Amino acid sequence: MVNLQKRYPNGFEAVPGLDLHINDGEFLVLVGPSGCGKSTVLRMVAGLEDISDGDMLIDDVRVNEMGPQQRDIAMVFQSYALYPNMTVAENIAFAMKLRKIDKETISAKVAEVAELLELTAVLDRKPGQLSGGQRQRVAMGRAIVRQPKLFLMDEPLSNLDAKLRVQTRAEISKLQRRLGVTTMYVTHDQVEAMTMGDRVAVLRRGILMQCASPAELYDTPDNLFVAQFIGSPSMNVVTGTVAEAANGGISLAVAGQTINLSGEAAQRLAGLGGRTGSPIAVGIRPEALGGDGDQHLDVSVDLVEMLGSELLVHATVAAPSVRSTDDGVEIGGGSESTIIAKLDPRHRVKAGDRLSLSVDTLRLHAFDMETGAAIGRA
Amino acid sequence: MIGLFDVGGRGLLIAIVGLGVAALLAAAWLVPAVMRALPVRMQPQASTLARLGAGATVWGVSAMAWIVLGGGRSSVSKIVTTLYYVTNGIVALAALFGILYLIASLFPEPFREWFRTAAFLLPAVLLLFGLVVPAILNVSDSFYDRNDEWYGFGNYVDIFTKDANIKVFSNTLWWGIIVTIASTVMGITIARFADRMRGEAVAKAAIFLPTAISMVGAGVIWNFVYSPREYGLLNSILPGDPEFFLQDSSLFGITSPWLPGKNTLFIMIVVIWIQAGFSTVVISAALKGVPDDLVEAAKIDGATDRQAFYKVVLPYIKSTIITVATTTVLAVLKIFDIIQTMGKGGSFGTSTIANEMYEQGFPQDNEGLGAAWAVMLFLLVLPIVFVNSRNQRAQREGR
Amino acid sequence: MADKTPMGTRVAGATTGPVGRVIVWFLAALWTVPTLGLFISSFRPEDDIKTDGWWNWFKNPARVTWDNYSGVLDNKVNGLQFSEFFWNSVRIAIPSAIIPIVIAAFAAYALSWMHFRGRDWLFVVIVGLMVVPLQMTLIPLLQFFGGDYFPDALEGVTTIWIAHAIFGMPLAIFLLRNFIAGLPGEIIEAARVDGASHLTIFTRLVLPLSVPAIASLGIFQFLWVWNDLLVAKVFGGGATNQPMTFAMVDMVGNKGNEWQLLTAGAFVMMVVPLIVFLSLQRYFVRGLLAGSVKG
Repeated sequence: MVNLQKRYPNGFEAVPGLDLHINDGEFLVLVGPSGCGKSTVLRMVAGLEDISDGDMLIDDVRVNEMGPQQRDIAMVFQSYALYPNMTVAENIAFAMKLRKIDKETISAKVAEVAELLELTAVLDRKPGQLSGGQRQRVAMGRAIVRQPKLFLMDEPLSNLDAKLRVQTRAEISKLQRRLGVTTMYVTHDQVEAMTMGDRVAVLRRGILMQCASPAELYDTPDNLFVAQFIGSPSMNVVTGTVAEAANGGISLAVAGQTINLSGEAAQRLAGLGGRTGSPIAVGIRPEALGGDGDQHLDVSVDLVEMLGSELLVHATVAAPSVRSTDDGVEIGGGSESTIIAKLDPRHRVKAGDRLSLSVDTLRLHAFDMETGAAIGRA
Repeated sequence: MIGLFDVGGRGLLIAIVGLGVAALLAAAWLVPAVMRALPVRMQPQASTLARLGAGATVWGVSAMAWIVLGGGRSSVSKIVTTLYYVTNGIVALAALFGILYLIASLFPEPFREWFRTAAFLLPAVLLLFGLVVPAILNVSDSFYDRNDEWYGFGNYVDIFTKDANIKVFSNTLWWGIIVTIASTVMGITIARFADRMRGEAVAKAAIFLPTAISMVGAGVIWNFVYSPREYGLLNSILPGDPEFFLQDSSLFGITSPWLPGKNTLFIMIVVIWIQAGFSTVVISAALKGVPDDLVEAAKIDGATDRQAFYKVVLPYIKSTIITVATTTVLAVLKIFDIIQTMGKGGSFGTSTIANEMYEQGFPQDNEGLGAAWAVMLFLLVLPIVFVNSRNQRAQREGR
Repeated sequence: MADKTPMGTRVAGATTGPVGRVIVWFLAALWTVPTLGLFISSFRPEDDIKTDGWWNWFKNPARVTWDNYSGVLDNKVNGLQFSEFFWNSVRIAIPSAIIPIVIAAFAAYALSWMHFRGRDWLFVVIVGLMVVPLQMTLIPLLQFFGGDYFPDALEGVTTIWIAHAIFGMPLAIFLLRNFIAGLPGEIIEAARVDGASHLTIFTRLVLPLSVPAIASLGIFQFLWVWNDLLVAKVFGGGATNQPMTFAMVDMVGNKGNEWQLLTAGAFVMMVVPLIVFLSLQRYFVRGLLAGSVKG
């Protein structure tokens, strides 16, 4: 079991404090916008950066003072960091050579890893003669040949082109499951995070915003930041007011229109009960618009993007948008904002139309205007 | 010990080298076998030992060969002696770092890292004391006269009041100005016109070749140009009586301590000949780093070739040119060898500060004045290095 | 660096018009003439050298001889054969090129990739020492080497090595640090994660990757030492430890009229630098550019 706890105020407070716990064999993804401290966290785990305060434990052993070579970890770097003066085989064998493992074992293991990663043909080449995808696989091979306690990967796919990235993404996931090595993976790409991770930890300015399974992260984000960071196109969030519905239930006033919450939807957002009359941020994902739902939102269409499998409708609503910023919540200027709806491509919509979009109230989200925290069940 | 067995040395040499090779071959076969027999924990130490042993064997063979043959007059013995000296130097160096690192590794963990860092740095820092301490001593030396009596600022007063010394000082300044400008301009000219020309590499190699030639060699080479005798090329081209180019200390008849003599100018030509290659190569490479679209954009905006070069390309490589000029001026201000050979040790008013430092410090036995000259040179060079480091910082930040 | 720019047909390339080409070839020829003169003279008989210009050789190209070369190699300077000075030069130049660079490479690695307090300050001080003219240190150093603290057995060639190492140190550290600090940090970190110690990283990764910088600096240092007169003259003691430059200057002084010997001698002295230089020119140029050209 890997057990991590960290708190430390360093010069810039890059990571003011972080408590994370990784289970044995788990694939944990650290995700966040650039500069959120995710790479710093990874480098501290690796022992490449000093831990200014707090404890870091691997298998219940405190490793703060250990150098990277003593921690029994392997790391895949963003630039792959292959040793340019060594062949592929030498690159993969380097760590074992340093551990004075005998030659037969080394060559057997190198051959095995090369087989696994389809590198057998290029074992004698230098990194400079390889394609981007091959280099990436050598970097992987160098890590897995060690059979370490922990894999660390720092944006290992960011130097690949889009197609190769999708393919390699799946390969890494499969490989990790097969080897069962605990893995910590850093990325800024939320798609990578969602598709690869057993659990995903979302970081902002060194603070853990939420750590949960991808589905949980998507369906029940803890706060506005996670809600808007996860998902593409991102969640639409506009200002609204909590009101009491005619039948005594809860309703939301959004852009001068009323959305009534009934039954299950009202229960999901029961926390709104005590907030009658106060402003909140109302969020809804693009795919929860224009499908099922008995409530409606009138909008005027600005732009239609036909993607083949779906139709993205950019439309104006008469309510300012709400965005999560680095230090809280920001309300957009003006009295209007643009929301995006993901519709079935068979819809006939064109710019300039007025449209009444159905709203799936079961998939509505509500956030506090001050803190951005999600308002859920009471 | 030298030349102990001069007779039959060659046979002995072959025997010794043969033995050494045999020992190494045997070891190459034996060591892995022993290694495998050892427990895994001891293998690293054993392999280090084996490597040290191999090094010691090679060294021992060369040492024995030297004892047998060194100091002899045959060319074999000269080569052996040379080899012995060279291997000695390298073995000593390797041993130095090996021992330092081993010592550092003996310390317990929190200090070990610190001591290892020290092991990496120590030899360099020790050598650098060889610059720091003398530089400080030198300053104090400069306050004494030729009889080692306290002289205060007397040496410095002499430098700025005696005509012969003013000449030395002004000569050095002229050297710095003329040679630096001339070789940089040469570099820019050749680099510009040769760029992507057919035969560019050949032309640039021709310009670069003198860089490898020593000032002493250059003195001999240029004698065939400047000599007043029949074999002097320049006199054979110029009409009239043969001239003594290197002895005319006036500048077209004017003699002043503030002006360089004609002979100094002719020696400068030799140094420009040596230095231009360096400027050419560096500037040429910088030119190739200028993005094509920059020049193309200037052309589309209506610039001529000339304008594009002077208004766009030159400003772009400005920092390179400053670096080249700085490097050249630093080398030129310390000019010494060529004054010794072509200027006959600074006679006929050709002396420069660096030459004077030597002449006063050694042949003239006036260490105080020599030291004062050294301080003057230091003060001259200081602002140049300062400006250059600012330039480099600006360049870094401009990236 | 410059060589990353793709070589396309460039509009600027058109600047080499006929005038430019004439200028370049004229200068190239002008630069070659003095060396050519020496080369031709060194093969002419003594009388020819002394009585008419080397350019007249073209009128009668059959008059060539090896005598000058055999003459100079047998010639005695301070009672020693000229060839001894050649070996002295080798003996001085090779370790004097290797020692400072190895020491500087270790220091440059420490200054780039080892963490200790005052690292940047130390580097600034070292760069500042480039300003100290070597002439300034001659007398004090000579006193140190001659003094009681320094073992007498090491005087001679070893003193010259140490002196050259001292004088070459600031520039070597400066250039090598710039290069080594520029190596990708992730590679060094990857090696640390793989379990490599600093010594391993240095010998297995940093040294092999720094070959261009080390080679160019080595050539530079070698040329400088080989062509040096001053340091050897001051620190070498007697003629037995002196390099060829010393012998040449001595010959110029004492046998100033024996041009047949001086030409051949000068050419012998040039051969080694020329070979080193021409065979390693690529490295040399690349090394000169490191840090000096905006890239």
